Amino acid sequence: MSPMQAPSPQPAPDVTMRGQTFPMQMAEEKKPVAGEVAKLSTTNLNFYYGSFQALHGISMQVYANRVTAFIGPSGCGKSTFLRTINRMYETIRTSRAEGEILLDGEDIFKLEVSELRKRVGMVFQRSNPFPKSIFDNIAYGPRINGSVSRSGMKEHVEQSLRRAALWDEVKDKLNESAYSLSGGQQQRLCIARALAVDPEVLLLDEPCSALDPIATAKIEDLIFQLKDSCTIVIVTHNMQQAARVADFTGFFLMGKLIEFDTTTVIFKNPAKKETEDYITGRFG
Amino acid sequence: MSAFTTTDFRARPPGRALAFWTRLRRGDEVAYTVTLTCALSILAITALLVFELYTNSAETRHKFGWSFLSTSVWDPVAGEFGALPFIYGTVVTSALALLIGIPLGVGAAIFLAELAPAKISNGLTFLIELLAAVPSVIYGLLGIFVLVPMLRSAEPAIRAVLGWTPLFSGPFYGVSLFSAGVVLTIMIVPFIISISREVILAVPNEQREGALALGATRWETTWNVVIPFARKGIMGSIFLALARSLGETMAVTMVVGNDPKIHASLFAPGYSIAAVIANEFTEATGGLYQSALIELGLVLFGLTMVINGVARLLVLGTTRKGAA
Amino acid sequence: MSFHRFRRKATNAAMLTLTGLCTLIAVGTLVFILGYLFQHGGRSLTWNFFTKLPAPVGETGGGMANAMLGSAKLLLLASCIGVPIGFLGGVYLAEFGRSAFSFVVRYTTDLLNGVPSIVIGVFAYTLIVLRQGHFSTLAGGIALGVMMIPIAIRSSEEFMRAVPLSLREGAMALGASKTKAIFTVVIPAAKEGIITGIMLDLARVAGETAPLLFTSYGNNFWSPGWQHPTAALPVMVYNYAISPYEDWRQQAWSAGFVLLMLVLTVNIIARVILSRRGHVAR
Repeated sequence: MSPMQAPSPQPAPDVTMRGQTFPMQMAEEKKPVAGEVAKLSTTNLNFYYGSFQALHGISMQVYANRVTAFIGPSGCGKSTFLRTINRMYETIRTSRAEGEILLDGEDIFKLEVSELRKRVGMVFQRSNPFPKSIFDNIAYGPRINGSVSRSGMKEHVEQSLRRAALWDEVKDKLNESAYSLSGGQQQRLCIARALAVDPEVLLLDEPCSALDPIATAKIEDLIFQLKDSCTIVIVTHNMQQAARVADFTGFFLMGKLIEFDTTTVIFKNPAKKETEDYITGRFG
Repeated sequence: MSAFTTTDFRARPPGRALAFWTRLRRGDEVAYTVTLTCALSILAITALLVFELYTNSAETRHKFGWSFLSTSVWDPVAGEFGALPFIYGTVVTSALALLIGIPLGVGAAIFLAELAPAKISNGLTFLIELLAAVPSVIYGLLGIFVLVPMLRSAEPAIRAVLGWTPLFSGPFYGVSLFSAGVVLTIMIVPFIISISREVILAVPNEQREGALALGATRWETTWNVVIPFARKGIMGSIFLALARSLGETMAVTMVVGNDPKIHASLFAPGYSIAAVIANEFTEATGGLYQSALIELGLVLFGLTMVINGVARLLVLGTTRKGAA
Repeated sequence: MSFHRFRRKATNAAMLTLTGLCTLIAVGTLVFILGYLFQHGGRSLTWNFFTKLPAPVGETGGGMANAMLGSAKLLLLASCIGVPIGFLGGVYLAEFGRSAFSFVVRYTTDLLNGVPSIVIGVFAYTLIVLRQGHFSTLAGGIALGVMMIPIAIRSSEEFMRAVPLSLREGAMALGASKTKAIFTVVIPAAKEGIITGIMLDLARVAGETAPLLFTSYGNNFWSPGWQHPTAALPVMVYNYAISPYEDWRQQAWSAGFVLLMLVLTVNIIARVILSRRGHVAR
């Protein structure tokens, strides 16, 4: 693990990419308290699709109440890694994971998988609302888990929609089909739906890749607000996004975690040459 | 500490056994078992079907053996049972139906898939697929009261053109192999059209564009490029139509004349396997008679099984929807 | 233009006309069937038809009330067998099956689907009528039920497969077990297709005559319970059509008209539902 540097307060640095300079709005830099609490920790994680090894010896930690971003070129394994955290890869026949992943110190492979997925929620690249009403979409998770009583459901749905900054836009049409919403709204609906089961960790797999800049901005604001109650892990191919929202960033390349550090270090002063090449746009 | 994972939701990682009770409560086991049982029941039913047909035809199988299939005498009173007249009738009526039906069906399919504008094509296809839903007995009804009189009045014309062949000789009373063949044609044409159209639509556009870019007319493109490409699927549709016509009962029995003899002429009455079972089953006295009819059922089963098998092989993977 | 070019153009036009003619013949047949049945059956449909029992030979004024009830009973029994087994079997194939076993199941389903209905009738006869010693509604219902199963399996499987993977993943990511995801998300998403598939299945089986000829056989009176032979609409059409009595033949037309209307109405409704939702009817 690379050593954590206490980030010194400094003005948001610019990043030069492809000969152009972009002023970056950096995530608020918190001094990591000594022994920043590790929510998730992986040790020597290897992952295989059949005989193809997609992840090589990933070891890192995700810190509680922080936003951790994974960046890297297409096919580098960052989404695969995300899907091992809530064991979503298990829907694919020939997939296999080896190594250790701990959630609050517990081995996730020993947990009941639906229990795990209540604690670690996921939002997908393309929004996938169910063909039900907006209300029923949000209520789905709590209903099947039995975590919210029938009388408390209305309030719980409202709360989830507020947390996802969608309440005001849908409060008058909770019984309409989820498909009546715009693309950006549908994605926020999926976030609200994931939040409704009160997850401790929220995994976001390129949540804005199918959205326009305004919708993207709304979701990024959302991420800022959510990290107080949640630990957030986001996979993104958009480096500016990582630089905007993340406290910590990990750079993946060809199934290996090349570098993991605070966002400031990764973007301003990366330790590895491959990281620097990617950030400055020499490839990918 | 290393992870153990599979995609089988029923497998459990060692070291922590989730109580069977909890899994049962969660319903996964129940759902799996129940649905599996239903899937298995199909196999059970089919096996039972073959078993029942086989065991209940034991008498005639033992008495006649394979000669059952080649004897042309059907005399229940004397206890002589031969399947040949019915096999002949079934094959001839189906062959006639295909002879007329293939050009008609493939022609219409070409029109609907290649030459007609989309909206018209979809609308007409909808109507044609409704034809496939018309019950057999309705076709029979129309066969007796409409088609047979029509053919009776058309008979002189047909005889004038084709009367020189033995196929169209002899007296014509209306009910005949010919009438049955025509009724079957009308019944199988919707199937040929529907499936062939799907298959033709599935031919990639690049093929058509390639031909058109070389200056071919629409028809030339269709006939020389698209149809050959779709050949397998069209063959499949023909086999499927054949399988259907072999088993068609009601319409045939109402117009075929019900005569268990082999005549050379199509104008003569005849019989098909399905028709004789339908007509004589309830009157079959004695074990041998009934056994003969059940053995005919077994023959029909085998025949349609083979034809259907070939058809599926040909149609598989050649339509837009994939495996039919 | 050169003669060659002209000939090609002429061929093109001729073929367009010819194939269009084929289509016209095909479509015209349907129109003709409907028109003729309406003319001969629909216009002379009387109230008696729906309310009276068949009259003895020679008397007029009889009806087919018992046949309509009989058909309804047969279809009810057939659905009780065909729908659960077909639907749940389809669920298995769509959600749990991926191996050689499910290939065998699919192949056998297609095989059973292709078996002529008369053979299914013989099967039901040997299975039930022979053993019980009499014709019955039960035997007829079972014959029809067996015919329903393969179609229900394939159509249920097809519509469930059409539900995108992302919906299943979404449900599982929220903590639903595989079964929960299937029954609370996938099946509701596929429900239109499944229901219309069953409707079409029922319509097809409602018109079947051959398997009933020696299972439920026929009855001139009401058929109590399930152990007696019963009249059925398509069988009545057949029996009356081949009879020598004018009144009966007239009733055959009426019955044929009623049967056709029922079958076509269900078909049209089902296909309209499917096409509105963007599915393609099988």
